[in-house]
Amino acid sequence: MWDVEIRGMASAHAIIASSIFMATVMPAVFVENFSVYGTHMVWLYCMAGSVAVVNIAVFWLLGISPPTKKHTVSYKINRLFRSCLYFILSCLFFHTVVVLYGAPLLESALETFSLAVLLSTLTTLRCLCILGPNVQAWIRVFSRDGAMSVWDTSLQITTGCSVIGAWLGAFPIPLDWDRPWQVWPISCTLGATTGFLTGLLAAPVWIHWHRKQLTYKLK
Amino acid sequence: MKLSSSVFALLCLICEIVSIALFLRGFFPVPVKSSFSAKSKVNDFPAEPQTGSGPNSSKAPAPLFKRVVIVLIDALREDFVFGSDGRRFMPYTRHVVERGSSHSFIAKARPPTVTMPRIKALTTGSIPGFIDVVMNLNSPALLEDNLIWQAKSAGKRIIFYGDDTWVRLFPKHFMEHDGTTSFFVSDYTEVDNNVTRHLDGTLKRDDWDILILHYLGLDHIGHISGPHSSLIGPKLMEMDDIIKKIHSSLISKESEGTLPNLLVLCGDHGMSETGSHGGSSEPEINTPLVLISPAFKRKAGFEEPGVLEQVDLTPTLALGLGLPISKNSVGHLISAVFEELSLREQLRLLQINGHQLSRLLQDSSPTFHKEDGYEQFRMAEKSHGSWMKLYVDGNTSEVLSNMGKKVLKQYLEALKAMSSALSKQLGKYDMYSMIMGMIFILQVLFLLLLAMPEALSREAVVDVPLASSLLSLPFYLLCLFGSALHVLICTSAGGPCYLCSLPWVLVFIVILMSSAFTCALASMAARRMSTGNKTPTKSSNWTLSELDALLLVGMVGHTLSLGSSSFIEEEHQTWYFLLNTLCLAVFQDVCRKYFREQRHRGEEEDEGPLLPSSAKEGPSFSPAAELGMSPGSEKWLALATPLLTLTCCRLLRSLNQTGVQWAHLPDFGHWLNSGDHKAFLSLLAVVSLVLIFLLVQRHCSLVSKIALALGLLGVYSYRAAVGNVLFPWQHSSRAVSKGTVEARFVYVFVLGILFTGVKDLLRSQVMSSAVDSGRLKSRGLWEVYSGVVLLVALLFRAHNLPTLACCLLIQTIMAQFIWKKLHYDAAQTTIMHYWFGQAFFFFQGNSNNIGTVDISVGFVGLESYVEAPAIFLTALSTYAGPLLWACHLLCFLSSQRDRAVMGLGHGSYCFALLRSIPAVFYVVLVTSLRYHLFIWSVFSPKLLYEAMHTLITTAVCLFFTFMDQERSARP
Ligand SMILES: [Zn+2]
Ligand SMILES: [Zn+2]
Repeated sequence: MWDVEIRGMASAHAIIASSIFMATVMPAVFVENFSVYGTHMVWLYCMAGSVAVVNIAVFWLLGISPPTKKHTVSYKINRLFRSCLYFILSCLFFHTVVVLYGAPLLESALETFSLAVLLSTLTTLRCLCILGPNVQAWIRVFSRDGAMSVWDTSLQITTGCSVIGAWLGAFPIPLDWDRPWQVWPISCTLGATTGFLTGLLAAPVWIHWHRKQLTYKLK
Repeated sequence: MKLSSSVFALLCLICEIVSIALFLRGFFPVPVKSSFSAKSKVNDFPAEPQTGSGPNSSKAPAPLFKRVVIVLIDALREDFVFGSDGRRFMPYTRHVVERGSSHSFIAKARPPTVTMPRIKALTTGSIPGFIDVVMNLNSPALLEDNLIWQAKSAGKRIIFYGDDTWVRLFPKHFMEHDGTTSFFVSDYTEVDNNVTRHLDGTLKRDDWDILILHYLGLDHIGHISGPHSSLIGPKLMEMDDIIKKIHSSLISKESEGTLPNLLVLCGDHGMSETGSHGGSSEPEINTPLVLISPAFKRKAGFEEPGVLEQVDLTPTLALGLGLPISKNSVGHLISAVFEELSLREQLRLLQINGHQLSRLLQDSSPTFHKEDGYEQFRMAEKSHGSWMKLYVDGNTSEVLSNMGKKVLKQYLEALKAMSSALSKQLGKYDMYSMIMGMIFILQVLFLLLLAMPEALSREAVVDVPLASSLLSLPFYLLCLFGSALHVLICTSAGGPCYLCSLPWVLVFIVILMSSAFTCALASMAARRMSTGNKTPTKSSNWTLSELDALLLVGMVGHTLSLGSSSFIEEEHQTWYFLLNTLCLAVFQDVCRKYFREQRHRGEEEDEGPLLPSSAKEGPSFSPAAELGMSPGSEKWLALATPLLTLTCCRLLRSLNQTGVQWAHLPDFGHWLNSGDHKAFLSLLAVVSLVLIFLLVQRHCSLVSKIALALGLLGVYSYRAAVGNVLFPWQHSSRAVSKGTVEARFVYVFVLGILFTGVKDLLRSQVMSSAVDSGRLKSRGLWEVYSGVVLLVALLFRAHNLPTLACCLLIQTIMAQFIWKKLHYDAAQTTIMHYWFGQAFFFFQGNSNNIGTVDISVGFVGLESYVEAPAIFLTALSTYAGPLLWACHLLCFLSSQRDRAVMGLGHGSYCFALLRSIPAVFYVVLVTSLRYHLFIWSVFSPKLLYEAMHTLITTAVCLFFTFMDQERSARP
């Protein structure tokens, strides 16, 4: 049972990772002079979009999302509406945090917000897919020893890795190298993406390695 | 020897300060300078011997050249002209060098081989010392006696095109100039076109005497792709064309009856094999020097160019133009330039140069009589005199010319000897002192690190096995070895050495201490090993929380970031970044504390709304209750605290833009000070002062409260008197005064409050009841703290008062809701205080550049400049941020009843450790980077800041130790 779950997760992660790869390669066909630095915003939106779509599709197909108690249409619409609201709130939250970290307030606000959208896609969207719009469950997962399934652990790892990646990505900005990737917010988005990919890779490996120690409460 | 943690930390810091001072003494050699700051004048020329004492005897020699064109090509390596590259790419120049009337030499540049000091060397003839450059960072204009100034005051018209360093060094010296910024290293064509586009017009004109061209493109190519890149060839050809153009233009202007012109081709420094410069490798220091003039003899073929010092060009040019040699010049004449002159004239020029060098030698060295060169010069002057006697008598025999040649030779040898004696004294690191300082500081750091488990234990007592090591055999062996080494180094050292010039007793004490330290370290390490082996399980149950991990990562990361010059320039970014992360981590801790409790209770309700639960109040004391709020709101206040802190930090960050890369961006401080927004600034100042009063007065006695209020009023009226802010009740525009009265009024209150505080502290010593004395002591401390705050409020500029208010606000709310409630231990609290202190150092507008130190603070309340108070006030206001946070830490730790016992000891130990690690790392780093390109534009100022910060920390630790001693003195 363990191996099945881990294998399922690994393949899901592989699909998501390949979607990032595709988002980097595919637009070159459609967009003139496409490059990660030159047309950074296009790349960013492509990637965020594809990650979002693939995430939703994968988790919907796998049926990871928590079972809903009611099956009425209005309840589902309510859930969808709340998910969207949470997503937008999380974008605003990340935007605020990035501004607090020193991003300019008005100048390049679009770039900052794009970074916030990317971070939300990499973190909040996965939370919404796996846990649903349920704040209590989120708090449970992100407090110590709160993971109750393999997916919770993978969520912890990928979210942490993405945020730390973005955090580390801010370090090269003050260097006076005048490289194209030092332009705001390229290094941060690259850091977040790298962190996310690392998280996707690390989560199955880590869980496989620690499968003896991991004891989840039964649902 | 058993020492309490605070005393141990203090002693370590004092040792560190001494060793840093020793290191700095070695790192910044004292430059050779004439003791008179005046510039050389024409009537300083020595009288020509035996020509009577008439006015003609000491007149300036006639100039040799009419016009001089100096083509300075940045990073022109010697082999670019004299090597195979020169043959291929600079055909015209090579032709002139081989067949034309020219002299060519290899001029050795002294490290640091960086443009600005090299320009200084070329114009002043001296070799700039590092401390010199650091001290001159405030006023980039060159104030020393120099060739350009001499030329300008002699009425020469100078035109300059090229690197704008010249324009900054010599403002208003040039009749015409066009500076090119060397900031964009990636551009190597525009920078040179910018120079060349003026060339044709200028060469046609006749209204100038000296033309200086400084080409940057070659240097930029070197930085981009190195000395063997394909870009070098075309660039050298371009330069060759320019030489050709200038030379032919000069030749066409040459006419019978006027003096000849001179064309000088030189480089400021070379280029290493990787294309950079700054160090002292051969290709970096060897630059070509080609002098072209019809006054010289034609060459028959290529000869190996002679080797000379770059600074030799300065006296040569000065005398060639008939100008006095600048005072601090250490170079000697290039005799080949003058060989076509008559013997009398040659001797006269050599005499002038020798006279100037001997004067400089007298000024800079107390033992100048013993120098060989000085003696030789006296001899030569004497024989010059007897030669002149024969010459004036009309003797024209062969004897005379032979004798003259002998005098000439004597002079040349004397000049060479004096010149080398002078340049030996500078431009060299005193490695012996530096290494000794470094060894010391490393020993202290290891001692601090080894003592960590003991110093942070419950007893907070460190046992330094000094007595036992003083009696051990290795100690005596080490002493012997050290003394032998010292003697060996001092007898063989070539350059100047500070330690060797110290009295023998002092050096022996130093060796004793170092050996004792080594032995103590060894025995402590041995003890630690044995206890570590005995109880290996002890360390494993100590878990690292996220906050601890962040604090550790932050400290290590910051220390490592000092290795990069950009991170030093932008150090504020590092601290702001870390501080933000710290606040978020604290926020997460707070959330965990308040929400986990709730989750345990509300686990059954699945999707329930987030209601604030009525949290059980454990302790009877509640800060919220103290502030007059309901206990339920305490949770929300605690949650809001990190967010409020974050917001404050974000606002302060845009108040003062600092650093280098983004320093030019408009900031809020400039907007406030721009004059149009005076009313707003006044309002902000008033709000800040009121906030400061409200936040500080809580802990004080009534008398201090009144004094504080009056003092803050005084601060406002001082600012109004100086003209920074508006007086609301006085609309007539008053004359702006110096505000001395108002400032002194505030000083009186500062002293009053400090006095009350110290009195309370002393009274708490003699009290019988422990509770009463504790309360009195805490109040005394807070009063001292408010005195410091009042003083800082006076010194801060008006637009910085919000910084102070925010500082106090953050301190208050963090203390109330975070540090007390979340039970952070003394070490964690100390590290957080240190981080905040560092961030506030930058929030108030400081940077790692000497230029941002606000020197005007030294004049507050003083009629004129008085050195001691000015330095004290400047240091206080510069380090106000770290100081206030350290003071707050002291007050906070000693007001914590339950852990005051060892809290102070832990706090001061952590402070010492936090300061030592970056300081020691930095000292080692600077030693290894001493030939780095940015060594004194970036690294040296930072070194001075580090030293100063360590000194401030030592003072704070002294205060800590006093407070701690009072505690331990009581039963
Ligand atoms: Zn240069
Ligand atoms: Zn350069």
